[in-house]
Amino acid sequence: MAETRKKTERRYKSAKTTGGRRGQPRPRVQNPGLLFKRIMSYVFKYYKFHFIGVLVCIVAAVLANVQGTMFTRTLIDAYITPMMGQTNPDFSPLAAAIGRVAIFYGIGILASFTQQKLMIYVGQGTLSHLRVELFDHMEDLPIKYFDTHAHGDIMSIYTNDIDTLRQMISQSIPQLFNSVITVVSIFSMMLVLSVPLTLVTIVMIAVMLFCTMKVTGLSGRNFIAQQKNLGSVNGFIEEMMTGQKVVKVFNHEKANIEEFKELNDALFESAFKANAFSNIIGPINAQLSNLNYVICAIVGGALALNTFAGFTVGALASFLTFNKNIGMPINQVSMQFNSIIMALAGGERIFRLLDEKPEVDEGYVTLVNAKFVEDEGEGHLEESDEYTGWWAWKHYHKATDTTDYRLLEGDVTLNGVDFGYTDEKMVLHDIWLHAEPGMKVAFVGSTGAGKTTITNLINRFYDIQDGKIRIDDINVNKIKKKDLRQSLGMVLQDTHLFTGTVMENIRYGKLEATDEEVYAAARLANADGFIRHLPQGYETRLTGDGANLSQGQRQLLAIARAAIANPPVLILDEATSSIDTRTEKIVQDGMDSLMAGRTTFVIAHRLSTVRNSDLIVVLEQGRIIEQGTHDELIEKHGKYYQLYTGDREEQPA
Amino acid sequence: MIKTIAGQIKEFTLPSILTPLCMIGEVICEMIIPILMGQIVDNGIQAGNMEFIMTTGAKMIVMALLGLAFGIGGGYFGSKASAGLARNLREAMFVRIQDFSFANIDHFSTSGLVTRLTTDVTNIQNAYQMLLRMAMRSPISLITAMVMSFVISPRIASIYLAAVIFLSLVMAFIMSRATRYFKQVFERYDDLNESVQENVRAIRVVKAFVREEYEKTKFTRAAKNIYDMFVKAEGNIVFISPVMMGTVYTCIMLISWIGAHMIVAGNLTTGSLMTLLTYCMNILMSLMMLSMIFVMMTMSAASARRISEVLNEVPSLQNPAEPVIEVKDGSIDFDDVDFSYREDAREMVLKDINLHIKSGESIGIIGGTGSAKSSLVNLISRLYDVTQGSLRVGGVDVRDYDMEVLRDQVSVVLQKNVLFSGTIYDNLRWGNPDATDEECREACRMACADEFIDRMPDGYETYIEQGGSNVSGGQKQRLCIARALLKKPKVLILDDSTSACDTATDARIHHAFDTMIPDTTKLIIAQRVASVEHCDRILVMENGRVDAFDTPENLLKTNAIYREVYESQTGGNGDFDH
Repeated sequence: MAETRKKTERRYKSAKTTGGRRGQPRPRVQNPGLLFKRIMSYVFKYYKFHFIGVLVCIVAAVLANVQGTMFTRTLIDAYITPMMGQTNPDFSPLAAAIGRVAIFYGIGILASFTQQKLMIYVGQGTLSHLRVELFDHMEDLPIKYFDTHAHGDIMSIYTNDIDTLRQMISQSIPQLFNSVITVVSIFSMMLVLSVPLTLVTIVMIAVMLFCTMKVTGLSGRNFIAQQKNLGSVNGFIEEMMTGQKVVKVFNHEKANIEEFKELNDALFESAFKANAFSNIIGPINAQLSNLNYVICAIVGGALALNTFAGFTVGALASFLTFNKNIGMPINQVSMQFNSIIMALAGGERIFRLLDEKPEVDEGYVTLVNAKFVEDEGEGHLEESDEYTGWWAWKHYHKATDTTDYRLLEGDVTLNGVDFGYTDEKMVLHDIWLHAEPGMKVAFVGSTGAGKTTITNLINRFYDIQDGKIRIDDINVNKIKKKDLRQSLGMVLQDTHLFTGTVMENIRYGKLEATDEEVYAAARLANADGFIRHLPQGYETRLTGDGANLSQGQRQLLAIARAAIANPPVLILDEATSSIDTRTEKIVQDGMDSLMAGRTTFVIAHRLSTVRNSDLIVVLEQGRIIEQGTHDELIEKHGKYYQLYTGDREEQPA
Repeated sequence: MIKTIAGQIKEFTLPSILTPLCMIGEVICEMIIPILMGQIVDNGIQAGNMEFIMTTGAKMIVMALLGLAFGIGGGYFGSKASAGLARNLREAMFVRIQDFSFANIDHFSTSGLVTRLTTDVTNIQNAYQMLLRMAMRSPISLITAMVMSFVISPRIASIYLAAVIFLSLVMAFIMSRATRYFKQVFERYDDLNESVQENVRAIRVVKAFVREEYEKTKFTRAAKNIYDMFVKAEGNIVFISPVMMGTVYTCIMLISWIGAHMIVAGNLTTGSLMTLLTYCMNILMSLMMLSMIFVMMTMSAASARRISEVLNEVPSLQNPAEPVIEVKDGSIDFDDVDFSYREDAREMVLKDINLHIKSGESIGIIGGTGSAKSSLVNLISRLYDVTQGSLRVGGVDVRDYDMEVLRDQVSVVLQKNVLFSGTIYDNLRWGNPDATDEECREACRMACADEFIDRMPDGYETYIEQGGSNVSGGQKQRLCIARALLKKPKVLILDDSTSACDTATDARIHHAFDTMIPDTTKLIIAQRVASVEHCDRILVMENGRVDAFDTPENLLKTNAIYREVYESQTGGNGDFDH
């Protein structure tokens, strides 16, 4: 088991729980003040008046409540006590007083209702705006962001982190404000009644706050350990459940249980401590406030009995009432600490996403509809307002203040391109190639040779470090990304579909396409047949990335989606996944008809695709080692020849 | 359901009992303290009796200390009991799942199991702590306060009773309305998250089709929807607080009026009036707490049900009473085997399978998707049980073997294979924990994995990320083969395990099998003819039946399916490589 233990420690580090050792760094958020300000700036941006309304209502509600507390004193002192001796007491002043109080209570109820109602708009509205802003910003981020961040982490920003903010905006902040107002108003009342007793109370409250801070610190540290251990346990569970069948095949159950127990025990330890500490904050504060009551009663009693500085018995009674009521809001404040700390941590992650730099686009060449205009025997291109079937690059030259139009043909050149995902490590070196309009270019080479990387550069998912990429003789850097990508179609190996009908999924390639166009694209892609056999045909709803379709069917839809966009240049990643031969043939035919007449870059896996290409580019470790047609390369007896014939020769007899 | 969950409390029974006891103690202290407070005002301050203030104050401090002790005890034991229950539930489920057969796993689905082990357990933990600490406290606090009020003044106490009944009804009404809306909110919430997830996953498609603006509009609409629903749902909740406040205030005013009359008439003291007012707050707060507990319990009931489903699931495969613990050789015999995944299924997945494979033979298996190739081989290591007929390995029915022994001797490389986080050595040793470094390297050589492992900076110590995300598909497959080889099995089954390797590597792997483990029976499922054409015999599957089983040469002559596949993959239509 020592083996397992060693592994456990490395794989899922369980956080040690602390009982309160000194010298441990307190886990904290960077710049909490700044973060808080930034979160609040969102609230103010959209709901300034709502929020001010909330604050006003809180003040009103608190004052009404304090006024009610005051009333209990006046009730006894001003009405009941004087009446006690009378034989025929007059209750009408009391009735009037209760009536007045009722009005204040009414205002209090109204204020608190308005406050809560407004808070819905402030809380939910702010979150809604923030969500939209997050999503809008995310859509504008470069592909690199998505390639370098775990998808689960991005998702958790939208779910967990936004949730912590909701907690803070709609509960903690109003609660805090409420508590502060209550404390302040009670204090001022207390000060009026007796300065020395107020000082005693302040000392006690300082003690309460100190205890709260101490215990919150302990529980907070353990909460963080708990989060970490929970992460390890969840990670382990997720991994093992995913591989459960493999676990069975290898009889690995016992070792698994051992490892799980260890992680689970660590989680128990930290969860137990975290909750235990946070559970005792309440009782400690409650009893300290009782202690405070007793001390004030004794000190106050001594003062009142000696009529120190005009302090009366009645004043002491009401002072004690206030004293009793001050414990509650202070306890409330301490309860909000943890949730505010968590919200700040969540806010930090949210803003980290919002502060990511969006994709920059300095392109100015745009894609426009074009028409040919006869002009003294020579035709020239002109911009057209309507769809003509022809597209042109509109290129404005600043130096000469002229605009020229160049027909979109799909001529692609790469001149000495170097590229690396980071500046330190280049993955493509000195790539030269030229694809004429309508040419089919196949990339071959082993995994990791850089085939997919090249296709990511043509549509500028990534920007190159050195060299030039041109389309129709225009540097792609000058073309607006949106227009560049519109001229390029993509069919990726991992097919991704969207929740919605089959029709909507195909129409994704061209939003304004008619139903007829969708059918035509599906027919071209060989997808029409299976779609018509689906329960609701084109109206069948797809969910969970097309989980109700087979791999082959998903690919056909992706082909149809690319077909309807009708791009002059196409980037294809042939599937290698194990679909059976017959389906593969159907997919292949769909791809073939899509490729017809377009400049196509294909990451090829199939013999026939490669052989029928006009240009075969053989890549190895980020360099082009050979390029040419099939016959030329066979002639050459180089790497391609080896790859092409290798399997047959090396095959064991 | 409750019994199943409660059965996991085990060693945390003592804290589970102590928690409510502590809470009761705390409540009693809390109840006595207001009386003492009232007395201090009445008999001490009003009467100017300093000595009384001191003695009652001392009593109060004792009560406060007691309350503190009980409070801390309740917090400590409650947290211990609930965290402990969570630990036991997780462990019990995990252990139970390890006993699950493939059929059981299919029944729950991976994500279903993960949710049960994580979110559901957390829900139960929170609910249990709440139950232990509050479910005792609130009713006791409510009842005690009510009884005390009746003792002090039945007239005033009856006002409380009316208020409690009124509030319960109103809150039940509001809550039931609100829960309905909230349920809808959470459904929409899931949709919204789904849409974010879709965009994160398919960002290349979005960008390739320049659909950023389109997606933004879609998302804005969805976010607006959620906002509207939330406003509606919370619009119900906001009525709780004014109703609550209204009731409390009404009570206070009524008590003031009635109390004043009673005091003047000499039927009540001012101190008692103060005490009554404190109880008023106590009663209504407890009621509020109870309603929260109620909502929480209904919410966690679903989790409890889902957890007990796992705990009560009976593993569908059991070891025989007297298992055979040795597999003699690698011969495999199917006699009239029928198989379906569900007992009530109308159609069999496999029908009338009769096959006899000699030890050491190499068998290729081909057939279209859905022809039940994987189902067929999964029966051999008893990942599922046959529905009809019998299946023998080494001359003994697989149901008579000790499952561990059988699975060690029949090594399967699954189609959906998984590597685990850990070094390459760690992963390989899943096959055999005691394998030496040399044995691991040997297996990798056979699986043609050595070539890329040697190129890695850390070689065999290279750390594989979860799910093997840092190795390519072909590399992953080769590692999985090496892992299976380390078992030194009598039967080796490859279920489409070289599909991502290039043809040359594929051929080298199969060549290594033939020369290095000639005595092992090999079953190879593949889509590529090249992967199976060197086998001794090839099994052609079609719709769950054996279409043909013969040598490759004969099949080319006699079998239409094989010929079709063969021709479509050779003569210019095959795979190029990778």
